[in-house]
Amino acid sequence: MHNLTIAEQIKGLRNKDFSSLELTQHYLNRINDSELNAFISVTSNQALSQAKEADKKIANGKSSSLTGIPYAHKDIFCTKGVKTTAGSKMLDSFISPYDATLTNKLNAENMVMLGKTNMDEFAMGSSNENSYFGPVQNPWDKAKVPGGSSGGSAAAVAARISPFATGTDTGGSIRQPASLCGITGLKPTYGRISRYGMIAYASSLDQAGPLTRTAEDAAIVLNAMAGFDTNDSTSANKSVPNYTQCLENSVNGLKIGLPKEYFSDGLDKGVEKVVMQSIKEYESMGAKVQEVSLPNTVHAIPAYYIVAPCECSSNLSRFDGVKYGYRCEDPRDLNDLYLRSRSEGFGDEVKRRIMIGTYALSAGYYDAYYLKAQKVRQLISEDFKKTFKDVDVIMSPVSPSAAFDLGSVKDPVSMYLADIYTLSVNLAGLPGMSIPAGFSDNLPVGLQLIGNHWSEELLLNVAHQFQMRTDWHNYSPADR
Amino acid sequence: MSLDNKKVKEIAYLARLNIEDSEIEQSTAELNNILKLMDKLGEIDTGDAQPMAHPLKMSQRLREDNVTEEDLSEEFQAIAPKTGKGHFLVPTVIE
Repeated sequence: MHNLTIAEQIKGLRNKDFSSLELTQHYLNRINDSELNAFISVTSNQALSQAKEADKKIANGKSSSLTGIPYAHKDIFCTKGVKTTAGSKMLDSFISPYDATLTNKLNAENMVMLGKTNMDEFAMGSSNENSYFGPVQNPWDKAKVPGGSSGGSAAAVAARISPFATGTDTGGSIRQPASLCGITGLKPTYGRISRYGMIAYASSLDQAGPLTRTAEDAAIVLNAMAGFDTNDSTSANKSVPNYTQCLENSVNGLKIGLPKEYFSDGLDKGVEKVVMQSIKEYESMGAKVQEVSLPNTVHAIPAYYIVAPCECSSNLSRFDGVKYGYRCEDPRDLNDLYLRSRSEGFGDEVKRRIMIGTYALSAGYYDAYYLKAQKVRQLISEDFKKTFKDVDVIMSPVSPSAAFDLGSVKDPVSMYLADIYTLSVNLAGLPGMSIPAGFSDNLPVGLQLIGNHWSEELLLNVAHQFQMRTDWHNYSPADR
Repeated sequence: MSLDNKKVKEIAYLARLNIEDSEIEQSTAELNNILKLMDKLGEIDTGDAQPMAHPLKMSQRLREDNVTEEDLSEEFQAIAPKTGKGHFLVPTVIE
């Protein structure tokens, strides 16, 4: 059953080939046997009762298409009654009194939550090594990282221990782990999916999205995830199309741009080869490929590593040991309570980013850092605007290399530099995808698709057409 | 721009974080490395580019001034480290 896509599982449930209870139990067994550390919490009892409920709805003809389909929820989305840790000691025992809007939406479909997935602490990281709950292993090679921050979600889908997982992407946190784990990941346009109840890292960049095996599955679940929410002041009041209806469109005549800045010196040859082969595949389907230029690409790193830490230092000031979350033992006075609760509750990378943000926003430095970074962001955004006058989709690598060894990157700056191909998309608020495109040294490599604002339908269509012609998305770690 | 240990301690305090004396050298070195990266911004000619506050230039919505939230104070206080008589409790501030 775990080799079926969501589209196939929906048919299986409808045809009574299996029940949601059987499907759910099957995945719970697989999670139980897995040693990847992909989950922080496994919610077996709740999952089984949700599955029984779903089976009733299906029997009574009251189901929607996703009723009874299991999924894994990134541990950054609030779930009433189930702890939500954001990968941090700070929230190790935090049980949210309310559900995130995304949680509500998936509950409304009667989907079955298997558990909450591991992640870099507060979504800060690109390797999942910054989790208080320990690193996640890459199912393709257990000595490698799965990518981050949605590393647990990506590993779970790749290892077939969940058919779908939610993720969030602030600087590449859906696309990069999807690439490193050989699955499909979509970061929608900023504002497409509600951020309400999604623990904030950098509010002007954060966006939720799906991690699935195929683009068709991503389209099916995005239908349920997307939409306007009055509880999120940055949610877009824009109608949601049926994302599955354009999947079959031809890509004949599609104009693809290859940004020359994304194929520069730092790119691994094996990754480049896979990406270029995929582009050839599109050409053979009738797409027209041209070189384009996004000259401000290199500036995305300093701009992002100012904007995101500034917003994080502000967002994470709420964790003060007073209203919820970790509080230190026997505080001497209020200041001691703040200092020790935060110092003991946060991990090293989180503290580093809070300090960078605090410094950049402190008196006298605002113009040189935050304001300047926001101007650079405008330039990056204009690069894309110009380029999308000439092409429909931009294609590129997702990450400069395939998955690297656990523990091998010790210097924070080296880790930041590897985000070069994903950061610009968040700074400009654009949708981006990673789809399985091949292997380099037996490790999966993703192809990045970038579209204009609100072009999720086109990206899913372009990705689906590739998956109709190739079978990279069908490889699973156990097969090799 | 380069930071010394004293300045790093000041920033940590502003952010209400403690840095142990045994960690300060490493923290300062790491932050200075990151600052080198950030300082590359200064070399970019941004001309008359407007700072980008929102990726889609959306403005904040207004809504009718109606009460939409119910009183959930008990549920919210149930997860607090320490409460009493409807208040969040912290160490005494004023003797």
